[in-house]
Parts: sequence; structure tokens; C-alpha cells
Amino acid sequence: MTAQSPAGRLAKEAETARPAGGALLTLAIENMHCGGCLRSVERAALKVPGVKTARASLSAKRVSVVYDEARASAADFIAALKGAGFTAAPIEAEAAGADARQKYLLRCMAVSGFAAMNIMLISIAVWSGEGGDMDPSLALAFRWISALIALPTVAYAGQPFFRSALAALRGRRLNMDVPISLAILLATAMSLYQTMAGSEQVYFDAAVTLLFLLLVGRFLDESLRVRTRSEVQNLLGLQSAIATLIEPDGSHRQIPAHALRPGDHILVATGERVSADGVVLAGTGQVDQSLITGETMPLTVTPGQEIYAGTLNLTKPLSIAVNAADSATLLAEIGRLMLAAEQGRARYRKLADRAAAIYAPAVHGLGLATFLGWLIAGVSWQTALTYAIAVLIITCPCALALAVPAVQIAAASRLFRRRIIVKTSDGLERIAETDTVVFDKTGTLTVGRPALCDDGAISDDVLAAAASLAAASRHPYAKAIVTAAEARIGRVVPAAGIEETPGLGLARNSARGEERLGSAAWCGVESAGEESEVWYRRGSEPPVRFCFVDRLRSDAREVAASLKRQGYRLALLSGDRAAVVERVAHEAGIEDWHAELKPADKIAWLEDRARRGRNTLMVGDGLNDAPALAAAHASMSPSSAADISQRAADFVFQGDTLAPVLDALATGRRARSMALQNFAIAGVYNVICVPLAMAGLVTPLIAAIVMSTSSILVVANASRLAGRGRP
Amino acid sequence: MTALAWLVPAAFILGGLGLAAFLWALRSGQFEDLDGAAYRALEDDPPDDQIEP
Repeated sequence: MTAQSPAGRLAKEAETARPAGGALLTLAIENMHCGGCLRSVERAALKVPGVKTARASLSAKRVSVVYDEARASAADFIAALKGAGFTAAPIEAEAAGADARQKYLLRCMAVSGFAAMNIMLISIAVWSGEGGDMDPSLALAFRWISALIALPTVAYAGQPFFRSALAALRGRRLNMDVPISLAILLATAMSLYQTMAGSEQVYFDAAVTLLFLLLVGRFLDESLRVRTRSEVQNLLGLQSAIATLIEPDGSHRQIPAHALRPGDHILVATGERVSADGVVLAGTGQVDQSLITGETMPLTVTPGQEIYAGTLNLTKPLSIAVNAADSATLLAEIGRLMLAAEQGRARYRKLADRAAAIYAPAVHGLGLATFLGWLIAGVSWQTALTYAIAVLIITCPCALALAVPAVQIAAASRLFRRRIIVKTSDGLERIAETDTVVFDKTGTLTVGRPALCDDGAISDDVLAAAASLAAASRHPYAKAIVTAAEARIGRVVPAAGIEETPGLGLARNSARGEERLGSAAWCGVESAGEESEVWYRRGSEPPVRFCFVDRLRSDAREVAASLKRQGYRLALLSGDRAAVVERVAHEAGIEDWHAELKPADKIAWLEDRARRGRNTLMVGDGLNDAPALAAAHASMSPSSAADISQRAADFVFQGDTLAPVLDALATGRRARSMALQNFAIAGVYNVICVPLAMAGLVTPLIAAIVMSTSSILVVANASRLAGRGRP
Repeated sequence: MTALAWLVPAAFILGGLGLAAFLWALRSGQFEDLDGAAYRALEDDPPDDQIEP
């Protein structure tokens, strides 16, 4: 046991700030959907003694509570919410920073939007009065007013771009922000100079409008990132459940799993997932390791045996000594493989960055050429510089910087509505490039839960009797029997007087003799050899055997067929035995299957395909898939997956069907063609306007109009994606 | 022309008030939960977080 008490550790983990008079705790709430839930959550949280305030957020699906640490703990709130019917989990305390940047960008956007509107108002007056009856001194006064608004705006709202450009230049790189900063700064400085000199070539409106439109793009990009991150945190928070810590004095205490430390002893009740890697101290029973190894059938563990986080405890309570820090554990091995695999993906460059790498030098080159060309042609340096600024403003990647974020946020919103979370912003681009879809078996193609192979050999009477016994147990086989009985005969009435012997089975005395449901030994029969069986025996009647299989997801076959029609190559990679994998591959209609693969073998297979120029989409859920998810060109996992897999995947989808794979692929492809369309729109504008600007024919008015219309067009084009096909 | 001398400042002050109102709303958390706010408006009870439990 470490020196610090678990309670102290917990407080430290969960606390984000210390508002006056208490600790702040943020909890993710899984099933909060409406205004009624919102009130119930707040009321439940406010009933906990020691609470000061509770505020729920429906958009974030979270509740923030301020409480007195001496009188309450995170576990009290989780228990109170559970009582009200909500699943809650504490959120790691790192989300605050991301939110702050989003707000900062929103403030910059508000300031620049206000400034742009006011300057535009004045500029339109000046433009329409130009060469007409406007008093030149009034026009000059208006330009000074514009300068007065523009200078502080640029100094404040331009900072996000200036900082990023400076960082890029320090690293001897060019990014999109370098030409942006250059255009804004040059245009502002030049306009100030021209205003002082009393000239008409004043660009304040263009500079500030440019800033505003770019900030819109930047804000969209950031808000997508914040929303994704908070969704993922909720998901992971809810998954890393509460662990029952055994204190040295023998008492039990609920703490969040991430607060566990090596050396802690935990108790895992029947039906719970093991929350940390460790060694079994006491208890012998069956566990389901399908998330870790891909093997559906239960495994028997004894004291002294290693057990991994994510394992489902099936039969008996186990006490476990946590040893997650041990570098020899499976998790550490998987972590090392993932780190190596991720380096490949880090080399991927986003579409916008690739465009910027060509664009930025071209813009600078054209600007410089214009300036030098006009100097050589013999005009004054002020005029030459003015023309060069016009070129910079026209070519400024305004549409470009807006094109990709606008498309991505539209695509992500579309997927959010279909319960697919886009975790990485370049995931949408990468999924569009894939040509091979690779599935894992257990939990991905299949449901990951055993189902009764109901082939009619079991009579209704026996099934009903077995189900009324099974209803008393939480064992997955028992649940499968109940599900099958409900499907065949309707409602299952739990029988009375059932005794469960963990690890063996259930028994009760009925009018027709003793009923027994459980292992072969429990019912006193010879096992048929396979592990996935349960026997039922009533009195002296002959025993009945129940067998189990892991069923395919309901639409797995259709999804596979549809992917094939669209020209994707399919493959099935599994760690399970060859016979099982072959059967599943055959059922799903996938010809290319590989069984008994270790995580490293899966990576090798993916790398081999990558060398042959294929881009793979990996769909998997298990811990053993995590390295492959990180290695593949793009990856998806169901929300029932191990948390390490969800962290590695680009997309996380909810629900019991595989259709999200089709949705994500289609949306990714559409987003890509939309982004290219937007680049084309921006390109056409440039091709028309740049020669005009270089020829010195573009006035500030034209520059401002061209820039704004191309941006509006790009955003309008992107919004088509979000609007289509509302569910 | 003299009308401009007070029209222009008046326009800026009004616009500035709008900007200030937005920044205040942002700071005071009016945009924290846009979905939930729609339901809170329909609640008859006083907000719980203002009552001492």
C-alpha cells in the first residue's frame, strides 16, 4: 500500500479547480437525453450531503458539482446518480485548457467581426463617394476612423495567426499562417502609411475582413476538436468503471479505476470487468478474455495467475493485486507495439498542409514578382508595394483555410448524428483513401456475446424451465438461454428457491424433482468435449445439452457484400482458432481470412499490404487489435471496445450494427471530394483575379468583394454535406 | 455634415455595446449548454443551484 490514502488520491485526480468553499468534480452522464433527465440529474446530485451546487449540461452530457470534500466524495455522487437511474463516471481534469482556447478564438472572432462590419460601413460610404461629390477631407477623416478601429483589432485578433507563423518560422518551416500574417501586417502597415500620405489606396477593410473570415475557419476547426475530445473523454470515463478497493483493514471502498496504484488490492464482483492488470490473490473461477485475446469462450483462472484489465469476471468474486506498472505485462507489450506502429501514421500530412506547402511559396513568389516587376517598370515603390499587397490579399488562402475546416465540421456533424464519433481531424481524409477493409472477429464482426445455438433440438418445455432457472444468474450463458427463451416463448418467469453455486451451476427443488442447470460435472454427465456447453437435468429425465456460438452482427453479411460491391477488398484477421474463424468468415462472406494471429502478426500483415500500395481501414475492438488499429491507414472501433483500442482508433461507433463502417467510408469520400471542389473554387478565383491584381487593376473594393464571396461560396458548398440525409 | 459628428460616434457606441454584451454573455457561461437552456426555460421551479440544499 502506498503512503498516500486512496481518498486523498481520488480527490487529487478528480479535482479541476478549487472554487471558494469546495472541490469541483465533473462527471460524464451516459444516458441523459432530455430536459427531464437534466433536472433529475441535478436533483439527484443535490441530495448528496455536503454538496454546494450542481449544474448539468445537456450538450456536453456532463454534470459539474461543487462539494465539501470533508463530507462527500466522488463515489457518493456516482452512487446517488445510479440510484436515480443514470450511469456516471468522473472525467479526467485536463479538458479545461482546450475549452479556453475555443473561447479565446470566439472572442477574437467577435472583436474582428464587429470591427469588420464597422469598417465596411465606412468604406462603402467612401467608395461610393469616390470621384463624386464627397468632401476629400471627410473621406480622409473616415479613413482615419477606419485606422482607429483596425489597428487595435489587428493587434488583438491577429495574435493566433502571428504566434503560429512565428513558431513556424523559428522552426524554419512555412505554414499557411505565414502568408496570412504577412498579408494582414503588410496591408495594415501600408494602409496606415497611405492614410498619413492622404492617398486613396487604403486596405483596412480588406485586412480586417480577411482576419474575420480566417478566424471563422480557425474557430470551426477548434470547436470540432473540443467536441470530439469531450465525447471521447465521456466515453473513456464511462468505460473505466469504478473499482472496489480492499483497504489494509479489510474494509471496501469504491474508487475510480484510474486512481488505482500498483500494490493495491481490489475485489472484482461477478459480472464486473477487471479494472487493472494484476495477479489473482484469491478465488478460482471463469473469466471472459474476449476483449484481450479475441477468444470468446471462458477461461478458468486460479490464484497466482495473471489477469488483465478488461477481463470480464463470470462466476466468482476474485481479489486481485494490481501490478499495472510491471513492464512485462501484456498491456506494456501492446503499448510498445502501438508506439512503433503510430510513427508510421505520424508521417501522414493533411490535405490542407500539403496544399499550403505548394501555396505559400507561390503566393510569396507572385507578391515579390509583382513588387519587383512594377519597380522595374518605373513606378514609385509605394505603388509597387500597393499592387503587391493586392496580390497577397487576393491570393491569401482565405478560402483554403476555411475550405477544409468547414467541410470537416459538416462531415463530423453528419457522423455525430449517426452516432459515429470522429476522433482525429485527419481521420476523415485518411478513411477516404482506403481500398481495403480489415475486420477483427470477436466483438466486431460478431456481437461478442454467446448466443444459444437454437436448432430445435431443445423442446419448448425444457427451454422454459431452464430459462426460469437461468434468470437468476448473471453468467453470459444463462443470459443467452433467457434471451433465446424470450425470443421463442415470450416472457420468462424467474423460479423461486434457486441456489447458485459459483463456477458450477444453479439448482432448485421443483415438483418434478431436483432441477439442475450448469456444467457437465454439475449435472453428473460426461462432457461432450467442447467447453461452450451447459447441461440441464430435471429429476431422473435424460439431461439436455445447450451449446453456444458467437453470432454475427445482424447486418455483417450485408455490410460485407455492400463493401465488395463498392470495390473494397475485405479481410478477416483474428487471434481465435482457425475452425471458428473459418466459420465466421464463411458466414460473413469474406474469402481472405487469417486465424491465430498475434498483435505483431496483424501489424506485419498490414505493413505487407501497405508496401504493396494498399491503404487499409482496420475495424477492431480488442486489446490485441490496438496496435493494428494504430498501424492501419485509418481505423474504427465499436464503443464496446477496450479503452486502449478506442484511444487508437480514428472513429468510434455506437450501436449493434456494422452499418457505421459504410457511413464513415461514404462520408469520408464525400468530404474529400467536397474539399477538392472547394480548392477548385478558390483556384478559379485566383486564376481570374491574380493576373488582374498583378496588372495593378484591382482596387481595394474589388479585393474585399472577391475575397468575401469566395469564402461564402466555399462555406455554402461545405454545408451541403451536413444538410444531406438527415436521419 | 454636422450630423455625422454625432451619428458616427453613436453608431460605434451602439455597436460596441453589442460587442460588450456578447463578450459578457460568453464570460458568464450563457453559451455553455445550448441544448439544455432550451429545456430550462420551460421549468417552473426556481433553479436548484440557487437554493441551499
